[in-house]
Parts: sequence; C-alpha cells; structure tokens
Amino acid sequence: MATIETETAPERVEIHAEHHPNLAHHFESMEQQREAGTLGMWWFLLTEIMFFGGMFLAYTVYRHMYFSAFAAGSDVLSIWWGTFNTAVLIGSSLTMALAVFHAQTGNSKKTTLFLLLTIFLGLVFLRVKYIEYSDKFAEHVFPAGAYEWPPHEAPAGPHNVGDLFLMLTGLEASHPAGITQQGMPVKVTTNYAESGPYYGVGGSIPEQIGNPSFGAHVRMFFLLYFAMTGFHALHMIIGIGILFVLAWQAWRKKFSREYHSYIELTGLYWHFVDIVWIFLFALLYLVDRHP
Amino acid sequence: MSSTTTTPADLGAVHTNGQELNYLNNGHGLKSWLLTKDHKRIAILYLLSVSFFFIVGGIFALLIRINLLIPTGVFSPDTYNRLFTAHGVIMVFLFLVPAVPAILGNFLLPIMIGAKDLAFPKINLLSWYLYVVAGIILSIAIFAGGIDTGWTFYTPYSTSYSNSNVLLAGLGVFVAGFSSILTGINFIVTVHTMRAPGMTWFRLPLFVWAHYATALVMMLATPVLAITVSLMAIERVTHVGIFDPAMGGDPVLFQHMFWFYSHPAVYIMVLPAMGVVSELITNLSHKNLFGYKFVVLSTLAIAIFGFLVWGHHLFVSTQSVYLGIAFSILSYAVAIPSAIKVFNWTATLYKGSISYDTPMLYGLGFIGLFLIGGMTGLFVAALGLDVHIHDTYFVVAHFHYVMVGGSLLAFLGGIHLWWGKMTGRQYPEYWARAAMIIQFAGFNLTFFPQFILGYLGMPRRYDSYPPEFQLLHVLSTAGASILGLGLGITIFYLIWSLKNGKRALANPWGAPGLEWRTSSPPPTENFLETPIVTWEAYEFAPIESMEVLGYPGDPGKPTQPVSADHGTED
Repeated sequence: MATIETETAPERVEIHAEHHPNLAHHFESMEQQREAGTLGMWWFLLTEIMFFGGMFLAYTVYRHMYFSAFAAGSDVLSIWWGTFNTAVLIGSSLTMALAVFHAQTGNSKKTTLFLLLTIFLGLVFLRVKYIEYSDKFAEHVFPAGAYEWPPHEAPAGPHNVGDLFLMLTGLEASHPAGITQQGMPVKVTTNYAESGPYYGVGGSIPEQIGNPSFGAHVRMFFLLYFAMTGFHALHMIIGIGILFVLAWQAWRKKFSREYHSYIELTGLYWHFVDIVWIFLFALLYLVDRHP
Repeated sequence: MSSTTTTPADLGAVHTNGQELNYLNNGHGLKSWLLTKDHKRIAILYLLSVSFFFIVGGIFALLIRINLLIPTGVFSPDTYNRLFTAHGVIMVFLFLVPAVPAILGNFLLPIMIGAKDLAFPKINLLSWYLYVVAGIILSIAIFAGGIDTGWTFYTPYSTSYSNSNVLLAGLGVFVAGFSSILTGINFIVTVHTMRAPGMTWFRLPLFVWAHYATALVMMLATPVLAITVSLMAIERVTHVGIFDPAMGGDPVLFQHMFWFYSHPAVYIMVLPAMGVVSELITNLSHKNLFGYKFVVLSTLAIAIFGFLVWGHHLFVSTQSVYLGIAFSILSYAVAIPSAIKVFNWTATLYKGSISYDTPMLYGLGFIGLFLIGGMTGLFVAALGLDVHIHDTYFVVAHFHYVMVGGSLLAFLGGIHLWWGKMTGRQYPEYWARAAMIIQFAGFNLTFFPQFILGYLGMPRRYDSYPPEFQLLHVLSTAGASILGLGLGITIFYLIWSLKNGKRALANPWGAPGLEWRTSSPPPTENFLETPIVTWEAYEFAPIESMEVLGYPGDPGKPTQPVSADHGTED
C-alpha cells in the first residue's frame, strides 16, 4: 500500500531527547554515525589500494622485463635501514592500537600518550627515510639529474646496530667522505649472467651488466623506488598531521567512551599505511637480494 | 492512509510554498552558499559550475566543427589539436563524469532514501571545491597555451614530445579525480547506512541503484587514473622512461592503465543516466517499472563487466591477439545487461498511461539513441571490424551517441523532471518540448554523417580531409549548430523560469518516490518528519493516497490537472 505513517517511532524520540553533543544533525544515533564513518574509511582504503596498485603493477611489469637490473638496484638499498624501519612501523601500529583501546575505554591520558608515541615512531621512520634518500642522492642513483650507474659512491648504510643508532642520531654520517676508498665492496658489479640463466615467469633472459641500457633499466627501479616510497612517506606525513590534531583533542578530553570514532578511523588509516610499507619492504629491499 | 485532518492552510502551504521555509530561503548571501553543508545547495553549486564548463566545452565543439567545414581546415593544425583536446578534457572530466551524479545524484539520493543529508556533508562540500580547483587548473592549462595530446594523454607523445601544458592538465585531472572519489564514497556510505526505516535494498529507486553502482566504479577506477597521470608527470619531469620506449619503458602499459580507468569511466557517465531514464520512463508512464530486479542486477552487472573490457581500446596497440579475443568477448557480454535495460524500459511503456511531457521525450530519445550507440559499440568491439574503423569518425560517432545521445539527453530529462523540485518553479512545457525536438534533430544530423565518414575512412583528430568528405562534414557542422541552438533555448528558458515559471507542486507527475512526498523545494532537512517506507519501489497508487509528509491528506497534486505546465499561477 502506498501509504505513509506519520507517527515517529517511540525509540527515535528517545534518541533525540538525549542528543549527544557530537551527533551530527543528519544522523539518527551515535551508532549510525560511527558505522558511516567506519564504512567510509574502509572504502577510502580500498581506493588507496587501487592507487598504490597502479605502481605495484608497473613494478611487476618492469621487474619481469628487467629482472637483473632490478636485482642490481635492490642491492644498493640498505637492508639495515629497511629492516629497522619495518620494525619501527610495526611498533607504531602497536602504539596506535593501544591508543584506540584506551580511547574506547575512555582513558584520555593514556590515549594522548600512545598517540604521541605513534607520532614519535612515525617521525623516526621519516628520519630514516631522509637519511636513505640523502644517501641515494650522494650515490647519484636518484633517477633524475646527475644519475650515474654504477653508483657514484659505494652504497651506504649501517653495518651493525651500533652504527645504526649513531647514524640515526646524526652522531655519525651515514655517508662518511672517503668510504669508497676504505673499500666497502660494491655488490652491484655482480654479473648475474654468470650465475646461469634465470628461469623466471616467461623465461626472462638476464641482461649483461655491460649492456649500455642496463643503467637505464636500473634507473627505472630507482624511479619506482622513489615514487612508491615517496607516496608512502606522503601518506605518513598526512597521518602524522592528523595524529597531532587527535593528540591535542584527546589531551583536551574531547573523546569519550561514546565518541572516539576519529581515533578508530585514523587507526585504520595508520595500519593501512603500515601494510603498504610491508609490501614495499618485501618488493624493494628483500625480493632480489643476493647476499 | 489519508488522514482527514487536512486544513486548507496546509494545502496552500504545499502548493504555493513561497512562504514556507525551504532549503533555498533558509539562509541568504554568498557565505550561506559557499559554506553550506546541505547536499541540495551543493547540488546547485555543482549545477552552476558544471553548466558553465558544459557551455565552454560546447563552444570548443563548435570551433572543431567550424574548422572541419572546409577540407583544408580553418585553423592551423596546432590550434586544431588544442581545440579538440580542450573539448575532450572539459567534456569528459568536468561535464560527463560529474553531471548526473554530482548534480541530480547529490540533490536526490538522500531524499530518495529518506535521509536528511549525505553521510559526510563536509566531504561533499570539499568535493565541490576540488571540482572547482580542477576546473581552474584545467582552464589555465587550456587558455594559457593549451594541451595538444587529446584527452587520452597517450605516451610517449605526452611525456617526451608535446610542448603544451601536459603537466598542468595532469594535475587538473588528478584533482578532478579526487572530487569524484569523494562523491563516490559519500554515495556508497549514505546508501548503506542512511536509509529510512522500511527502505530496504530492493525498495530503493533505480536512480539510487544506478548511483550506487556508479560510486563503486568511481572508487575503484579513479585512483588508477590518479596514479597513471602521476607516473606520466614523473616521466615528463625526470625524463626517465616509464612509458617511453626510447628509454626502456612500455607505452602499452600506459594504455592499459589509462583505459583501466577510462573504460569504466564510460560507465560512470552512462550508469547514472540510465538511472535517470528508469525514473523518467516509469514516472511518466504512471506504471510500475517492468522487471525491477532485473534492472537492478543488470546495473550491477554493467558496473562489474565495465572493469573487464578495457583492452578493447588496445586492439591495434600490439596487445596479444588472444587477449584481444578475450576482451572482445567480454565487450560483447556488456551488451546483455544493457539490452536488458532497454527491453525493460520498453516493456514499461507497454500499456502504460504515457504523458508526452518533456522528460518523457528525453527518455524516449535516450532509448533510441542509446540503442544506436550501443549497437555500434558491438561493431567496434569486433576484432576484425575494429581494425578498419579504429580511430576513425565511426568511433567518434559511436561514443557521441552514447555520451551525448545517452548521458546528455538523460541529464536534461532529469533536469526537467526535477526542475520544479530543485527550484520551486516549473519550466515552460511548450518551449521545452520544442527545444528537445530541435536538440534531437540537431544531434542526429551532427553525428549520423560521422558514422558514414568513419566507415569511409575519415580518421579522428585530423584537421583536414579529402574534398569528397566535405558534404558529410558540412551536414555535421550544420547539425552541431542546430544542436547548439536547441541547447541555448533550454538554457535560456530554464533561467527565465526561475522568476517567471509556474510554482511547482509537490508532486506534479503523480509519482510515488519519496522525493515527491516533500514540498518543492524541500525543507533543509528534506522532510518535516522521518519517513517510514511501507511501499515497494514504483508502487503507483491513486493520487489521493500519496500524501506529502507533514501535510496529512495532501497529495501534492490536485486530482484535476492544473495546467500544461504542471504548476500553479502565482
């Protein structure tokens, strides 16, 4: 029947009666508002997967085409920094999860504390990324400008945990002048053709290091490295910005047991950015390593 | 159940609602518009900005047609390249993609499901601002030097050789993409979480279903475009080959990634239009839509198949022939859900009580032209024939039949159907019918000769041609002028009607949807009370039993027609 009931259901009246101050006018209840926010964030993350997916596709296609060049490029990256940063990010996911937990239980102080810890770990990650990027500039493997292959200098980076902390705090330069003379082995001279044919998907034939376009193909690896980690770092910076606002609001006791969805949503976003890094770490640092 | 407590004052309030508080008079001044979070006002903002870019894109179309009047071309080849690129970029990214969803969808989707607003009103406003920023960036790119790559930005021309504003255009497309991603997320979440009590999934109007499917495509495809143009920009800036074969890149990868967005984007443009047509046909046949569930499923099927057919743009781009066969078969498969829709609309008309008012004329026009556009789509999806007609005017004519004959006509039909709801004033019926017929004639005269031209071998994007093609080109240009005239008349009387149109009734068409059960224009929160839906979609009932919410017993339309213009005198 095309009729319409004009009476309002009793429970609706009740909801309106005790209107939460943070309930937007167009929602009927806090649950509805929270559900909408969560669903929106999940869909947003899906679009993010498609965004990064384009770069993962390009990576897959070119790694398949230029397998040896990608292996050589991967060897120039510092496994120490990559591993350390992975640990830092996984740690930040833990602190983020704890912040969400304390927000759900209504503990403003601990929420603030863990949000600040998450920010700190995020900043450590970016600091390491900064060191890594400067090293790549110094080695002239940044794909634009004064790109050189083989690298201008030997690949830099820590060799043990002590090194790592000295470099992280800036007490020791990651790229001390003259390290090339001190003779750190330049692994990239490995001739992959010597180790026999590569029977990968489609039977790619390894390129010779002497191939004049080999350097151009390594350059594509670095282009993808900078594009993928750069977009990832951009997401980290945006996330840290949001976390600062949330930490401030949590300190001012804006969140409560009933109202904390912004922290939950930022948590989803933060975990997503971490997961993207896990894939980047595996594909860029680990997958082609030849120790 | 019609109540008996109606008072004449209530009736008057709905029928002449000039004094009623509605979304238009709730707040005045520029600030109340530019900072609004009301989805209806944002829809009006979109209407103004999208219409502006439509007119600009239309002027570029006329310039293209002027150039092709004589075989040698009127403008220089370089200018001509910039003209057709400007036309394509503006029409695709600033008109076709946002037109129906951002204007009609924004305005109607929350009302149709009985919600007070979209789930994220601030994000909705943000998406309009992003659209405006994209429009400004693209305008700068087009007017300060131009872009000469075509709207497809094919590499390596766009990255290594073009000396036009490719970077700026890429940035504009990137920003426009984010605007549509945000709209998509808003629609999906709204449909999932904001439906009124009793509004189950299979009671949703088909307009809502169409926008739900569109939003899915927007969210899954647009990010790929964003990263594709980003990589293109990176290649152009750093001169490192991602797509340029001279530097070890793969140009076909660009085409794969570009069409992974741009083919589904075709469905972003046509699915909402199909949603509009479902409403036009059923509301003006005054009859329940034939095969509701089939239309719903075919809508979703088109959205899903749309992701699997991008390779049919690459039949002559060194794509593997086996891949080509698969893409060809899948492209044919899209014809099935599209045909289901056409059959269902036609079956809805059968034994319907049809009013030949302007929205219905647009709906019928859509069915005919979309049929031609869709059938010629099968021609270009055929592997063998495509080699002959690839990149010719046949393809140009094919997608204009779908985009203009389909999306634009549906958009205009929707604008007419809901004009009274949006503005509170009805359009003049006589002028609107005349304009529609002029547009229809002009459209066919413009694009039908292009099918012949293309089949005879006229390539697209060429500024000059052999003299034997001139007759068909002159016919096409003449048609474009008539189409332009028809559209000009529509723009003129729609503006005229804002002051001089008849007052719109709440339910001028006697339609059953929720948007007809609130006043015209609706109040800021859409309904005076939360609706509770107890009827199926398109359940046509005697007009008396369809009340306007908050006005018991008032159907929003007198049982006797008031005038041909579906409104009342002031």
